[in-house]
Amino acid sequence: MLNPLLVARCKQHRVVLAIAFLIIFPLLMPFKAIAVNILIYGLFALGFNMLFGTLGLLSFGHAALFGGGAYACGLVMLKLGLPWYVGILGSVLAGMLIAATIGAFAIRTRGIYFAMVTLALAQCLYFLADQATDLTGGENGLRGVDLKTIQLPGMTLNFVDPLTRYYVVAFFVAVALFVLSRILASPFGAVLEAVRENEARARACGYHVRMVRYLAFILSGGFCGLAGALQALHLSIVPLETLAISNSGLVVMMSLLGGMGTFFGPFVGAGIFLLLENLVSLWTVHWQIFVGAAFVACVLFFPRGIWGTILMGRGR
Amino acid sequence: MSDIILSAQSVGRTFGAFRALSGISVDFQRGKLTSIIGPNGAGKSTFFNLLSGAFPPSEGRIVFEGRDITGTPQHKFAALGIAKSFQITNVFPQLPVHENVRVALQALVSRYQIWQPRSSLPELADKADALLATVGLTDRRLRAAGTMAHGEQRALEIAMALAANPRLLLLDEPTAGMSPEETKAMMDLIVKLASERTVVLVEHKMKLVMGISDRLLVLHHGELLAEGTPDDIRHNDTVKRVYLGQREH
Repeated sequence: MLNPLLVARCKQHRVVLAIAFLIIFPLLMPFKAIAVNILIYGLFALGFNMLFGTLGLLSFGHAALFGGGAYACGLVMLKLGLPWYVGILGSVLAGMLIAATIGAFAIRTRGIYFAMVTLALAQCLYFLADQATDLTGGENGLRGVDLKTIQLPGMTLNFVDPLTRYYVVAFFVAVALFVLSRILASPFGAVLEAVRENEARARACGYHVRMVRYLAFILSGGFCGLAGALQALHLSIVPLETLAISNSGLVVMMSLLGGMGTFFGPFVGAGIFLLLENLVSLWTVHWQIFVGAAFVACVLFFPRGIWGTILMGRGR
Repeated sequence: MSDIILSAQSVGRTFGAFRALSGISVDFQRGKLTSIIGPNGAGKSTFFNLLSGAFPPSEGRIVFEGRDITGTPQHKFAALGIAKSFQITNVFPQLPVHENVRVALQALVSRYQIWQPRSSLPELADKADALLATVGLTDRRLRAAGTMAHGEQRALEIAMALAANPRLLLLDEPTAGMSPEETKAMMDLIVKLASERTVVLVEHKMKLVMGISDRLLVLHHGELLAEGTPDDIRHNDTVKRVYLGQREH
């Protein structure tokens, strides 16, 4: 067992530790592209976890927030001709706006109904993007979201270089982690804990539980939208599948694998999932059987997820 | 201020075809400790839930300080000046005891602040310590609330209910499931609290509240059977009949 004081200190400085890890991470990965994907999906899962892990609300429509962010970033750059960073800003706003819209309907329901309403509304967005071919490119996807160089004062970054690209993505992920840790440490973070722990008591204390959930949904949308934008820049295209139901399912699996309700669990889950996918698919095209088996084993034997189990092992 | 803090005006409640409560009209006097008693199934908890806003009455009105609060959503009660404890222990089990009270206090000042750290509200931490001292839980402050003894959790609930500094405190069977020592401590605490505010208490065990209540309401089969001082109730023949044969625990 680790020294609890050390654990507490690690927790206190988790943003600093996370940044240090982000810097060395790509050097540990077999390909740089995996590292970028892990960060993007980890960020997506982090946004999802904000609802699922923190409040226990299982959304099956988070692809709408992720894909919505990706399309928003692409459209801002291609149709409005604005620079990439405006696209990123637009994606965060789009994610929050879509979350506010879906949430307005879904937040009144609980459990399976919540999952169904979010799924149905996300599917609406998928078919909308499929039909609006002039705007979105339909099933061909939104092509040409090209970002080659990034101008900073005094230097030019070559975004095509895999390692540079990784660090640009990592910068935004670090900002998101910082924002998330501020939210969790804030008075609103305390309210989220209270609602998760005991809804009836939170209500008796004077908290408007439904409003708390709604705001958490909107914040979740911001993180997922940002992840979508990074995906769009990384791929230089927004495939229609970004909005598909499979993406919503993927993020549920990643969160469960990593450990719901933990700070780094979403990244651990995304990392394990994508590494398995990449490594097993080198060897067999039937990689999904193995990833699926790993998922089932994880749910059976580590219900707290892999990161959740590690934390518990440290005496948390 | 008027002498009547809370009044129920011909309130009733049905659950489907079952009539749990019918036509109850009661005025609760400010500054008094009123106990609602009655045998099992008398409708005490239903009445409590109507008064505390857990669900609205099927008919009738509930008026608090001259204001109709029938159907007011639960989360607005704290700001009105009404707090309650639940019949089933109801704390934030995984949060530290101190944080339980702190978050209850926070509901009045900051609900949607997402950027400043919690420590930017230091006065809440101090107030939480003071409330923990009131209910005698100071040495438990860093324990996870769910790991405390039953009686201690009930005391914590009272501290949380007091966070909003309510003018009216509603307690639903605060001694349910307690050992005799815990019951004694809880009763002493209630008497202490009742000296500063209006308390309405639901209790199954008549003996417990006889000594401490200013007024008693007796419910039976969803109706108001009797109302008065403990002496009135003690000598009321109908009440005697209802409680007879059904041995007190």
